[in-house]
Amino acid sequence: MSLEISYDYQESALPIEQALELKREIDLFNSNYCAALDSAKVELWPDFFTEDAIYRMTSRENVDLGMPVGLVYAEGRPMMHDRATAVANTQMFAPRYMKHIVTNIRPIQKDGNQISATANFILLQTLVEGPSTLHLTGTYHDIFERQEDGSLLLKERQVVFDTSIIANDVVYPV
Amino acid sequence: MYENQTVIGQTLDTKDLPLSQCKWPEDVLHTIPDWVYTSTEVYNRELEKIFQGDTWNYVALEAEIPNPGDYKRSYVGATPVIVSRAEDNTIHVFENRCAHRGAEFCRKNQGNTNEFVCPYHQWSYDLKGNLQGVPFRRGVDRRGGMPKDFKPQDHGLKKLNVTTLNGVIFASYSDKVEPIEEYLTPEILEEFKVVFPGKPLKVLGYYRNELPCNWKMYHENLKDPYHATLLHSFLVVFGLLVAGNKSAMLVDSVHGRHGIMASAKSDDEISEENKREMRSYHEDMRLQDERFLEFIKEFDSPWSVTMQTIWPNLIVQREMNTLGVRQIIPNGPNSLIMEWTMFGYEDDDDEMQRHRLRQGNLMGPSGFLGLEDNEAMKFVQEGVRRSTTDVNVIQLDANKVGTSDTLISEAAIRAMYQYYRQVMEL
Repeated sequence: MSLEISYDYQESALPIEQALELKREIDLFNSNYCAALDSAKVELWPDFFTEDAIYRMTSRENVDLGMPVGLVYAEGRPMMHDRATAVANTQMFAPRYMKHIVTNIRPIQKDGNQISATANFILLQTLVEGPSTLHLTGTYHDIFERQEDGSLLLKERQVVFDTSIIANDVVYPV
Repeated sequence: MYENQTVIGQTLDTKDLPLSQCKWPEDVLHTIPDWVYTSTEVYNRELEKIFQGDTWNYVALEAEIPNPGDYKRSYVGATPVIVSRAEDNTIHVFENRCAHRGAEFCRKNQGNTNEFVCPYHQWSYDLKGNLQGVPFRRGVDRRGGMPKDFKPQDHGLKKLNVTTLNGVIFASYSDKVEPIEEYLTPEILEEFKVVFPGKPLKVLGYYRNELPCNWKMYHENLKDPYHATLLHSFLVVFGLLVAGNKSAMLVDSVHGRHGIMASAKSDDEISEENKREMRSYHEDMRLQDERFLEFIKEFDSPWSVTMQTIWPNLIVQREMNTLGVRQIIPNGPNSLIMEWTMFGYEDDDDEMQRHRLRQGNLMGPSGFLGLEDNEAMKFVQEGVRRSTTDVNVIQLDANKVGTSDTLISEAAIRAMYQYYRQVMEL
């Protein structure tokens, strides 16, 4: 397992028709992923991952320094399940609406049944009082895996945010 | 300013009191007036008497600046400083403010350099903060330039006193503050050396967040063992800490300003009586992956969890095997910025490092425990800022000040405020 991510510009290795096809498919995947999170169905979140998937949410500063820490760091779907269960059932936090906006989806490479891709996101948060705020902005660094039934699942999603100081906390997965 | 406060940012005048109107309620031991959290004048005096007073402020770990020329931006109180390692391996701390026109010249969080150059007029400083170059000091064609009697040695960066202890760097504005080992006091020093035995640390990364609450609340939260099993149902649900665990709230016996909240993991059954008191107890919930709650005994200590609160700006976290320091940066009466530096040791193997990363899910801005604390403290700040009532009640374990052997106690908070009132002359 390597948590290394490069921010160097990487030219897409995919033929244009294939890249466009994958982009559409990943767009749909991300729309469903975000719809689950935005409707606070956090317990569905692990279903978007393979059994052995890695999920890490960390700052761009940590990535630039080559540091492995994650605000959220899950090795495998069971750890994601535990987080989802905890957020849904045991965690105390003020009610909030979250809205993910995902764009610039970019398939970069295909290697067998694995596809690496990136996408930019902004995450908006609205609390009971106060304005809607731009809570995080960053990039998904993804590895998708084609399943036997033809569908895609995430084998790795590293959520790397540019935001240098987080407003209080990040309650839900991103 | 916390972005969410753009709508609800108004503090009532009755809470933003001038110092002359700040009178502690009569029952000083068992009350905290709201103005300690909300008054701008009180906050300004704290910067002067506490952060710039006779205290050692945490600024960095030596592991972050291992080589000559390495530097890191940091803070003492709310003041931005630079921590730098010079060619002769000595460590220096100076304000991030050009002596010429005041620019905060160092913009990168960390790096390596052989000098600091202010981008505005290219004044340059060595790694110890001494002014070494002023462009056109003699003018051009003998016109202009600095006066003949300008002495560069009088125009260095504002330097602070520096000390280190087992890889941890502290700075102080005070010439009178006692040596760091004495400053920490015997009880705290002992636990400090458990986490920092002097062996090389390996920094694993950073978290940064703003908490919209007064900086003292962060200390209080870690001197308030009462909240642990009540707020953090996660701890209870998954058996990490329950009201019957072996635990202690230790307070330094010299000043009462530092503390250690400590507990030992136990596999004992929870009594029916304790279960009833803890609304958050769920017997049927189990983790699918229990690895991140495993405790690998690596320290010679009876405690599996310790939280050191080192006055005025340092928290040392030993939550089983996830280790970190948290630096409190006060940001006005209603806000603080928290910088978390998570670390392990150089001699950790790959699996131990991954264990620390997995266990890191407990703490930080998305940590199972961390986020609940942040939420609770935000609620408190909003309450004390906007209500018409103005007193906090701290009567648990009444009359006691200092160390207590029960979690159901506020004796450590009382000790902190007894010390605080004396330093603040309140």
